[in-house]
Amino acid sequence: MANSVHPMLNDRKQVEREAGGPAVPNNSRSTEEARVLVASQWLLMWRKFRKHRLAMVGGTITIVVYLVVLFAEFLAPFPSNAFSSQHTYAPPQPLHLFDRTAEGLRFSPYVNGYSITINQAALKREFVVDKASKVPVRLFVHGTPYKLLGLFDADLHLIGPSVYDEDPTRIIIPMYLLGADRLGRDVLSRTIYGTRISMTLGLVGVALSFVIGLTLGGVSGFYGGWVDNTIQRVIELLRSIPTIPLWMGLAAALPSDWTPLQVFLGITILLSLIGWTGLARVVRGRFLALRTEDFILSARLDGNSTARTIRVHMIPAFASHIIASLTLAIPSMILSETALSFLGLGLRPPIVSWGVLLKEAQNIRAVATAPWLLLPGIAVIITVLALNFLGDGLRDAADPYGR
Amino acid sequence: MLQFVARRILYMIPTLIIVSIISFIIIQLPPGDYLTTVVTNLRATGETVDEATLAAMEQRYGLNQPIYVQYWKWITGILLRGDFGQSFEWNQPVSALIWGRLGLTFTMSLATLLFTWAVAFPVGIFSAVRQYSIGDYIATFIGYVGLAVPDFLLALILMYVAFKVFNQSVGGLFSPDYVDAPWSWGKVWDLLKHLWVPVLIIGTGGTAGLIRVMRANLLDELHKPYVVTARAKGMTEARLILKYPVRVALNPFVSTVGWTLPILVSGSAVVSIVLALPTTGPLLLRALMSQDMYLAGSFIMLLSVLTVIGTFISDILLAWLDPRIRLTQ
Repeated sequence: MANSVHPMLNDRKQVEREAGGPAVPNNSRSTEEARVLVASQWLLMWRKFRKHRLAMVGGTITIVVYLVVLFAEFLAPFPSNAFSSQHTYAPPQPLHLFDRTAEGLRFSPYVNGYSITINQAALKREFVVDKASKVPVRLFVHGTPYKLLGLFDADLHLIGPSVYDEDPTRIIIPMYLLGADRLGRDVLSRTIYGTRISMTLGLVGVALSFVIGLTLGGVSGFYGGWVDNTIQRVIELLRSIPTIPLWMGLAAALPSDWTPLQVFLGITILLSLIGWTGLARVVRGRFLALRTEDFILSARLDGNSTARTIRVHMIPAFASHIIASLTLAIPSMILSETALSFLGLGLRPPIVSWGVLLKEAQNIRAVATAPWLLLPGIAVIITVLALNFLGDGLRDAADPYGR
Repeated sequence: MLQFVARRILYMIPTLIIVSIISFIIIQLPPGDYLTTVVTNLRATGETVDEATLAAMEQRYGLNQPIYVQYWKWITGILLRGDFGQSFEWNQPVSALIWGRLGLTFTMSLATLLFTWAVAFPVGIFSAVRQYSIGDYIATFIGYVGLAVPDFLLALILMYVAFKVFNQSVGGLFSPDYVDAPWSWGKVWDLLKHLWVPVLIIGTGGTAGLIRVMRANLLDELHKPYVVTARAKGMTEARLILKYPVRVALNPFVSTVGWTLPILVSGSAVVSIVLALPTTGPLLLRALMSQDMYLAGSFIMLLSVLTVIGTFISDILLAWLDPRIRLTQ
């Protein structure tokens, strides 16, 4: 389309290119100018973003959460499937950093052990945190071996009991900082591993919806007309269907003999198949707004092809908006996964996600005996809040010239 | 206006058709066909299956015919005879199971919508008029938390607190006396007494969003010249704000119904499962788990269809309230 706009300009460019003369320095100067302009715009955004205090806090927390994702094995005291049949529903043991010894206060972290009594009438173990007994806890302890980042062999854990069992699926010395679940598995370790799955699913899902949303939203906004109309109708259609019942129906249809990884991918694809509409709307809106801007018109008159106009002139102009929308899309993806897995239709054990963990707390009896099973929910809330704050800050900063 | 309504109806028809196709696909997704499942189930309960019944069923659902014939039989059965198929788990026609529950689901969603409005309206105005005050910060903060806490988690926490502190259960929508009783004023009152718990839980997220929209819209209006003029003429502040900028800022209340309704229906599905409410959620989950597909598919379709119609009504309302919309479209 751009080629047909102004044949004369095209001809001139053609001539210049063939002559090999003035076109080259001209081009490099303009890209250099563009680079300076873009850089200063990002700098403006960064300045504006820094002023948004909540967004800075949100951003910091988000970075911390992704560090947890990367170093889950190091941070978690135990593997996610390590259990102890003696410690079902053991309550949290508070961590003491300093120990009162004969020589005074010493840095020597420990947790109190349990005294276990078996309630014959209710047929269950009752745990009391025993103040007298001390279980020593070590920092940077050599424990269950793992592969760091999937590359390096390591066995260092940030914190853990002084002794580990040979069998990595056993916990012999209890150190349940956030309590234990119905199989005596450590809630803290499982929450850390759950962070990895939930956050990865959020990222992959948003990446998928981003591809769909950018393509369809871009096509819709750039071409307009019946293409736009059709895509808008599809978006309206998808947005008017209640998502959870639809997801429930589709997720329940995933074959039950799939491996957990296949289920993970299947659920991610399901979530993004419906989740792309919001992004497509943002992209389309920006395209529509930019299409009539003078600098786009001049880029076209200069003989840029459609693809080049989009790539070089339009995308940098709305990249910041897209990044903000992407950030805001991650939390809703995470919340959807959590809800689905909570209902038992999403991810399945042995994969550990926040939703899978919260499923343990699905009935009131479990919650009443072990309220700490709700703790993974706090991880969800903090992460979703942080991402929302970050996204809001980014959205405000995306337009540094606004109020 | 009539033209606008007609066009909206035209847009709605393909949506409804696609919704029905999606629901039909969901019904067809599980492996194995319906008839085999029915026969296995009947055999398991020790009943004998006679060939005539089988043939009648095959005829009724068009089971050995191509898929589009099956779809056609299914959809015409619904449209002409209100026949949604048979739930083999309950051994009843689907239509006998769903209407009561759907009614409760939409009562709950509507109550939540009203609750959302009732809270978001004053809080949104307050937040905008007293921008950056402590109240504004508190409202914003609570709003953010409402957005971040998953509905089902809130339900669990509330159940736990009610259990620990008040030693009572918050589940259900009716007292035991009224569960099987026919509808009466007493039953309606009993429903209202139980309804506030799920309404509060489902409403938090939507309220938070609406407060933010209301606040942003009102802030845009508050600094416009017409407000300054009215103020300069000596109008009292309360009257001035309620009479002009609030009216303009009210649009989102209606325009957001379109996307709030699906969210509310979704939320009510999950919360109902946690609180064991007699709405669509628990039955849908159970139907999906036991692959009682005609029941599950009908639920999904009717929830979607009613939501689409709700959205349509809100669009009409909006066009009626705001002439700009029916003129630009």
